[in-house]
Amino acid sequence: MTLAETPMQRERAQTIFEKSKPGRRAAVLPPAGVPEPPLSELIPAKLLRDEPPRLPEVAEPEIVRHYNRLSRRNFDLDTGFYPLGSCTMKHNPRLNERVAALPGHARLHPAQEPRRAQGALELCWLLQESLAEICGLPHVSLQPSAGSHGELAGLLLTRAFHADRGEARTKVLAPDTSHGTNPASVTMAGYEIVKLATDERGGIEMDDLRAKVDDEVACLMLTNPNTLGLFDENIAEIAALIHDTGGTLYYDGANLNAVMGHSRPGDMGFDIVHVNLHKSFSQPHGGGGPGAGPIAVSERIEPYLPRPQVVRRADGNGSGSSFDLDFDRPKSIGRLRGFQGNFGVFVRSYAYILSLGADGLAEASETAVLNANYLKARLAQGRAGKYVPIAFDRHCMHEFVLSGKPMKRELGVATLDLAKRLLDFGFHPPTVYFPLLVEEALMVEPTETETKESLDAFAAAVEQILAEAESDPELAKQAPYTTPVRRLDEVKATRHPVLRQPL
Amino acid sequence: MSRYTSATPADRAEMLAAIGVESAAELFEQIPEPLQLGRPLALPAGISEAEVFERLAALAARNADAERQVCFLGAGMYDHYVPAIVDAITERSEFLTPYTPYQPEISQGGLQAMFEFQTAMSELTALPVSTAGLYEGPSSVASAAYLAIGATGGRRRLVVSRGVHPHSRETLATYSAGFGAEIAEVGLADGLTDAAALAAAVDGETAAVFLQSPNFLGAIEDVESLGEAAKRHGALLVAAVDPMTLGVLRPPGECGADVALGEGQPLGNRLDFGGPSFGFFCGSEELIRKLPGRIAGETDDADGRRGYVLALQTREQHIRREKATHNICTAQALNALAATIHLAWLGREGFRELGELLVRRTAYARERLAAVEGIEPLHGAPVAREFALRLEAPVGTVLERCAERGIAAGYPLGRDYPEHEDGLLVAITERRSREQIDALAEALEEAIRVERDDLLSDSDKKSSQAEAVGR
Repeated sequence: MTLAETPMQRERAQTIFEKSKPGRRAAVLPPAGVPEPPLSELIPAKLLRDEPPRLPEVAEPEIVRHYNRLSRRNFDLDTGFYPLGSCTMKHNPRLNERVAALPGHARLHPAQEPRRAQGALELCWLLQESLAEICGLPHVSLQPSAGSHGELAGLLLTRAFHADRGEARTKVLAPDTSHGTNPASVTMAGYEIVKLATDERGGIEMDDLRAKVDDEVACLMLTNPNTLGLFDENIAEIAALIHDTGGTLYYDGANLNAVMGHSRPGDMGFDIVHVNLHKSFSQPHGGGGPGAGPIAVSERIEPYLPRPQVVRRADGNGSGSSFDLDFDRPKSIGRLRGFQGNFGVFVRSYAYILSLGADGLAEASETAVLNANYLKARLAQGRAGKYVPIAFDRHCMHEFVLSGKPMKRELGVATLDLAKRLLDFGFHPPTVYFPLLVEEALMVEPTETETKESLDAFAAAVEQILAEAESDPELAKQAPYTTPVRRLDEVKATRHPVLRQPL
Repeated sequence: MSRYTSATPADRAEMLAAIGVESAAELFEQIPEPLQLGRPLALPAGISEAEVFERLAALAARNADAERQVCFLGAGMYDHYVPAIVDAITERSEFLTPYTPYQPEISQGGLQAMFEFQTAMSELTALPVSTAGLYEGPSSVASAAYLAIGATGGRRRLVVSRGVHPHSRETLATYSAGFGAEIAEVGLADGLTDAAALAAAVDGETAAVFLQSPNFLGAIEDVESLGEAAKRHGALLVAAVDPMTLGVLRPPGECGADVALGEGQPLGNRLDFGGPSFGFFCGSEELIRKLPGRIAGETDDADGRRGYVLALQTREQHIRREKATHNICTAQALNALAATIHLAWLGREGFRELGELLVRRTAYARERLAAVEGIEPLHGAPVAREFALRLEAPVGTVLERCAERGIAAGYPLGRDYPEHEDGLLVAITERRSREQIDALAEALEEAIRVERDDLLSDSDKKSSQAEAVGR
């Protein structure tokens, strides 16, 4: 298909550095107001820089225009449906941005004395209590900066827990459907990953688990519902197997949005849970962060939690309470990062929890599950059902996985092609080629904040793309056509990396 | 309270019929009955937007933020002015609400912004390659250790200056318990890393040497000279730097650093009680395929247009799983964008001028405060934007007296350095005017005088009591 270039395609990419001209500037700084000797009188010359870094020289109007134009070259959740599996692209309430920007939050220095940061510490404590209740585990550390950071924390906690008992275990189990962060965290924490097979219902293959559980196993990392969007019905037995051999059970909370107020990881037997505040608790994804990955843990893991912990202390006279940072934790694994964590994210997520409350959180998960099952039902019909069938045909939780294998075999159209063609229809594609277990996988997570009309429109687009592909598969294979740029050469970017603007 | 969802009862009925179930509860039956909660969460019911706002505003009002106190606190995070365009641009839906740019054709804005960020950080540090960023400063230091162990064929000794931020050193220790590394700490002498002790600590088993400049006490280290010990033994030289000083201070890339990293908060990010901010991470050409996290790269589209993608993804966890160079996935893209806009706004000249302003105001403040009765500099080393003092009165009570006058006078060094119980770390930004510095000097002078008078009268009492007993 040949199309005329769109206006945005005609506008060739130009970096801010290429718009620079000597003599242009935006910033005007306040006068020094103090003596201004040459810097070499204050700092030895060999410690000084000869030439300033070649930052762009551009006036403010051009900077604003540059980044506004750049922004228009992004697709975003506020513009359209974004069913990226495992990412929970739910609406980001603007109220949360407003409260995070209050000076009492935004301009609070992290080293402020606790007694002058009581509001912030109370907010942290309230969020800890809320997450503890949602996860069904008694203790929470807000410190980890994202899910992967929470995973690393969980494995270091596991190591400390075993070390305290004089044990040194070497292996961590995770299913073959696990997120890539799981095995990467395992290696980083100094363990060896052992993969578990998946059974025909999409859960852990129990015989494989029984064969691999021994006293060398430190931990089993699990997502439940798993990355196929299916609840592992054997979880109680799995937990018993791990606990009986002295291991810990770790819950990757990426899929917590399926079960809030319906089922709790702690009640399932998990010892450590991370919560992605940028998924279930509406922190905007920011193009790849910031997020936060607080962890909730059982009683036996608590002594090892990172330092410092936000705590509530009863006042001396017993009449009230105050909040503090507790550094006196002799068995702690120590810090995972600077200061107290991604507090700005905590403000947004706590605002979200306050807005929804117990009933709203349960309703959010219920609607997420309803939306996913509805879209799954819609995509089981017509051409979608034929070419991209469901990988494990049972009710799903908040997401489901399709396989593009028949589409590839019969039409020569790969999952990637379908994804790229969806871009022309104004949709963000699902997560593709994950989980690895499913050939030509498409992982679809609509979330609760989408309307039925959006889901119907998406299903209709998939149907239309497959109909087109029956008569002209090239249409999908050359897609997209309408995006700011067309299919990009990723191999070239890796073989001959250009990672900065040459100046 | 139902919020942010749209399914009407009629929608629900239609959707359930399409699925072929009677109720949504049926969909949850895959959760074994004993594991179903069966009760509401023990959390309050949802409340209105106006009520949430009031609740959070009331919490915010109980914090002494930098609008209510004149803030001389630093220790890695600084009260810089964030220009209005940073907020205006980062609040745009197109930057705020997408996720990681896995579909580059519809993510060119974010990817190009990453590419520009990498260019800016590469310029600042004078190292050829920058990643798109990590979580924040201290975990970036720990990430450099993980890289160094891999890059040096499994050496497991890390030599770390005591001038490196205490949070970084502690995070490094936390991570090292996992991947297995031994940490040797090198002390400070008159504020600077002890060069002889450092040279003695580095050996053929050393994977990396960690320095920070300006260091935690504000002193500018001679990274090049200190780094020679690393070079001699084939260890990586890792320099943690304050990005705001790099308009005037010699960049780590010119001092032989293999990795330059640090806390990005001073660039366009608010204090936010410690986060979210970002960590920057730059390296030499040799390390390009070992770096942690996302990196954007330039390429062409099918029609030959210039475009950007995530490059070198085979380093990353979603491709390489247990063999990945790091486990990081979601990082701090929006915070890095804020830095990119701030740096464009400052520009080449503004960035240098800001560095000069910081150095001169800091020199003034150091001299002004050191002239106060009962205060002396903790060290004599050159400083750029932060400096350490020694107080002849208990630091805690002096800080309290200053706070009562609306001044957060600085960071008590005793929190992290028992050898400096009497130490105070004072940070300067372009928001701290000469008048505020003078007011700080007066507040400290008054507080120290009162404390010393109290001490004197206490000791007078004690000595008169002693006399009474002796008599």
